Amino acid sequence: MDQEKMRTRFIDIMAAFTAYTGIYLPDDVLAKLKELAAKEDAPMATTFYDAMFKDLEMAATLSRPCCQDTGVIQYFIQVGTSFPLINEIEDCLAAAVKQATAALPLRHNVVEVFDEKNTGNNVGTRIPWLDWEIVPRRDDVKIYVYMAGGGCSLPGAAKVLMPLEGYEGVVSFVFDQITSYGINACPPLLVGIGIAGSAEVASKLSKKALLRPIGSHNHNPRGAALETMIEEGLNEIGLGPGGVTGRQSVLGVHIEQAGRHPATIAVGLSTGCWAHRRGLIKIDADLRYEVLSHKGAVL
Amino acid sequence: MKTKTLSTPIKDEDILELSIGDIVYLSGHLITSRDDVHQRLIKQKKPLPLDLAGKAIFHAGPIMRERPEEKGKYDVISIGPTTSMRMEKYEKEFIAATGVKLIVGKGGMGEKTAAGCMRYQAVHAVFPGGCAVLAADRVEEVEGVEWLDLGMPEAIWVLRVKDFGPLLISIDAKGNNLFEKNKKRFNEKKRQIVAEINQHVDYLE
Repeated sequence: MDQEKMRTRFIDIMAAFTAYTGIYLPDDVLAKLKELAAKEDAPMATTFYDAMFKDLEMAATLSRPCCQDTGVIQYFIQVGTSFPLINEIEDCLAAAVKQATAALPLRHNVVEVFDEKNTGNNVGTRIPWLDWEIVPRRDDVKIYVYMAGGGCSLPGAAKVLMPLEGYEGVVSFVFDQITSYGINACPPLLVGIGIAGSAEVASKLSKKALLRPIGSHNHNPRGAALETMIEEGLNEIGLGPGGVTGRQSVLGVHIEQAGRHPATIAVGLSTGCWAHRRGLIKIDADLRYEVLSHKGAVL
Repeated sequence: MKTKTLSTPIKDEDILELSIGDIVYLSGHLITSRDDVHQRLIKQKKPLPLDLAGKAIFHAGPIMRERPEEKGKYDVISIGPTTSMRMEKYEKEFIAATGVKLIVGKGGMGEKTAAGCMRYQAVHAVFPGGCAVLAADRVEEVEGVEWLDLGMPEAIWVLRVKDFGPLLISIDAKGNNLFEKNKKRFNEKKRQIVAEINQHVDYLE
């Protein structure tokens, strides 16, 4: 395949996969939603879960975005240093977003700051947002597509604590944010927490925590235990689907960390809504793809 | 939890019969109005291009598709509710200025809106968040669009709907606010739960 053909194929794959991510929830999220719905019996909670599953079914039948808020598109890229299109990825992903916006369609969601004009094609200054991880000695690329609506981005926050506030300060921060803003963010929520030495590192890790499969745990035993404690605690609060109260609040709680400064404990929080639209695709050097997040997906 | 149907124009007596926790289905006119529409009417004092008295507004930014063969005519692709709390700043004044009777959105609204609902006989209701294709299915026709210069999500979309719901009444005209009540309950539980967890996280050396 010549370079131009490869480029076109890469754009087509990523446009199709971006659109796909807007229609279908990933396997782990769908399985968890079903598990949570089965535990509810109050009429308000079951009415909401019934609406959610009906919506997903209709979205699949009609090939439409399951939620109208298709987010400002973010791509988290793990690219092998020998991937043949490494120099083209940025341009290709912008083209893919434009293509998906027209084809599905996606909602026009990019407003230029200061000009306050909607760009009308979901591409704008530094958007789609790209996060890069370079993987030495590989020739393939893995890309997460993530579309977060405004509603589940609103609880997002970061705070730099003084160390003597300790991990207790982290726990209080998370609970205060979720009980204050969580009900508007379309629960059951996936809660991402970053702990690090400064606000931007903690924030970025909190978003990366949302990319982890539901049911996975922090590699540190204390981190894993804290995830479970916060998950059980938030469930006990019982936000229920849509905040109408119920037996649970969350799809999961994921923590990611980086070494901190001795004088700071920074905590970042990101939340994902029940319609957690996270897709993961692997594309090899011959531009064959495999969708890892949705088993059996054909684009 | 009672189930009722409402049709526009909505009368004050229909509103006064509703209580928080009721489920309602709407037929008639539902008009999208979110951040920029509230800002234009209340802060910038631009007159609205249509009459909302007795009607319902929807805090929503839809995905619409213009018919290729019929310019200016749109079909709704997906239209779920957006976070109502964003409109808290202006909603009371908005109700007073327009005479709107039913406000549909997602999540709760605050004290100011609840006071507005009580004073001007209006209610706030939530449609299940994210259920945008389900909502689109209940739209019979997109009758028109105004203020499209604001962009697709922020424009005023005039929809004719049938059996639009389920809509859960979250603020009634009698001073009750379902989500504020829930929030109090959540916060009471929180104190105890956080104290319990914090007995196990003394990781500092």
